[in-house]
Amino acid sequence: MFADLITMIWKEWKELLLSRGGLRGGLISAVVIPLGMLGVFLPWQNGADWVSTPLLAAGWSWLPLLIILGLVADSFAGERERKTLETLLASRLSDRAILFGKMAALVGYGWGLTLGSLMLGTLTVNLTHRQQEWLLPSAHTVAVIVVFGLLTSLLAAAGGMLVSLRASSVRQAAQINSLALLALILSAVSAGKLMPAPWKASLVLAFTGPNLLRTELAIAAALVALDAALVSAAMARFQRARLILD
Amino acid sequence: MSQPVIRTEALTRDFGSLRAVDTLSIEVSPGTIFGFLGPNGSGKTTTIRMLLGLLEPSAGRAEVLGCDTRTQADWIRLRAGALLEHHGLYERFSAWDNLEFYGRIWRLPRRDRRERIEELLRRLGLWERRRESVGQWSRGMKQKLAVARAMLHRPAVLFLDEPTAGLDPVAAAALREDLAALARQEGVTVFLTTHNLAEAEKLCQAVAVISAGRLLAVGHPDQLRARAGLRAEISGRNIQPGVLEALRARAEVSAAQIRDGRLALELRPGAELAPLVSLLVAAGVEIEEVRRASLEDVFLTLIEEEQRCSPISSR
Repeated sequence: MFADLITMIWKEWKELLLSRGGLRGGLISAVVIPLGMLGVFLPWQNGADWVSTPLLAAGWSWLPLLIILGLVADSFAGERERKTLETLLASRLSDRAILFGKMAALVGYGWGLTLGSLMLGTLTVNLTHRQQEWLLPSAHTVAVIVVFGLLTSLLAAAGGMLVSLRASSVRQAAQINSLALLALILSAVSAGKLMPAPWKASLVLAFTGPNLLRTELAIAAALVALDAALVSAAMARFQRARLILD
Repeated sequence: MSQPVIRTEALTRDFGSLRAVDTLSIEVSPGTIFGFLGPNGSGKTTTIRMLLGLLEPSAGRAEVLGCDTRTQADWIRLRAGALLEHHGLYERFSAWDNLEFYGRIWRLPRRDRRERIEELLRRLGLWERRRESVGQWSRGMKQKLAVARAMLHRPAVLFLDEPTAGLDPVAAAALREDLAALARQEGVTVFLTTHNLAEAEKLCQAVAVISAGRLLAVGHPDQLRARAGLRAEISGRNIQPGVLEALRARAEVSAAQIRDGRLALELRPGAELAPLVSLLVAAGVEIEEVRRASLEDVFLTLIEEEQRCSPISSR
């Protein structure tokens, strides 16, 4: 199973890079530019604050979701559109190897880019705003980014893949994913505006001081449950006969 | 007698009210190229999908390499190769990477994988272009590469779904030659669907004819010809009405007529054509061409008979 996962990841990453006009072009647009923006430009602009602001943990935790949602539509709908899916399904690969291989490739890319940009950003800040001591994000910030980055990667990969499994085209899958993201953002903004003042105060309290860890654990638990539900739904949906006939 | 590589028993598949495959029972012997002939929409692709365990039968059963397609589909796919309706190549990948990916899927060790890829690409004349992305290739070259991919892991049985469809005659002939050579060298059993009768005639040791999901006939192409009755067309000059009468008087001739300027004969089973040709020459006919019934004639006869027997198809 592990060898099959590696094979699928190899193929998915190669396709990702080649989809941007050759291996070199793919490396530039899929790796170098995002790392340059997130790991060099932003930290350089923000200076020493970049490593200490609480927004780093909040922003970088959800970054993989944005990265992966831009790619996941292609996973199954793209194979179907390019007529490569049936041949893949007729191979010796198990259902789980195909599904989890594709998922692992997306999570690896989104989460890897997030962690890579965090490390590069830290280096950039220290090179461009040199101080006597190394400027490093707190252990808590790093832990939040690592854990939440993984959970949101899985959320985007599993949820997006579920859409891609059902969609008849890449465009349809991408539209549904974009609408879902828009709905998520709008409901968060609306909730923030419409929420009664006492609730707002409680929310602020939950994210500050001694309550923060408890809140983070609760959100992490909710994300784990949501991820598990989405992965289970994707596994149930992955049926060779349905994929061929759809 | 050796165990059949493929065996179906009353295999049936319905899509709602549509019966795509209807109680199909066939056996494919090891090492043969088995042609599965039928017009478009006759259930050929559905049959391949069931044999590979990608679709479950609605009724009946099928075994490939002794494995049940319902319960041991993974095992079948492990030992089978397939070139399905579409070539299934990753067009952004090079030829090498396409084969590399499937070589990894079949867990060929690195060294064996490379040697095997090189062997197949050289044999199919694609070696020099192995680094090009296959999206730029002609359809014929893509089909060749897809054949290489299907045979990469030395499968015991190979499923080919209309491999020459859409190819120009030159590319189709080249692919047929390569297929026949590869199948012979590797001793693989091939299940080939096609609606190209000439292709089946050239490649296959056994053929089955289906229409509207139903099996109409199965056997060696010569057996099918005999079953449908021997027909011949003779073209030439100086074919007089008296010659027709002489031919009709022969015991082995069941019918003789002139059609489109040619002499069309229907012969009884076991009839020899040579004495009739001698008779014509003796009668002063200058013969230009003698054409025996092809598999295509047999196929068309079977389809016509099927349509006469069931004017309202069950499909």
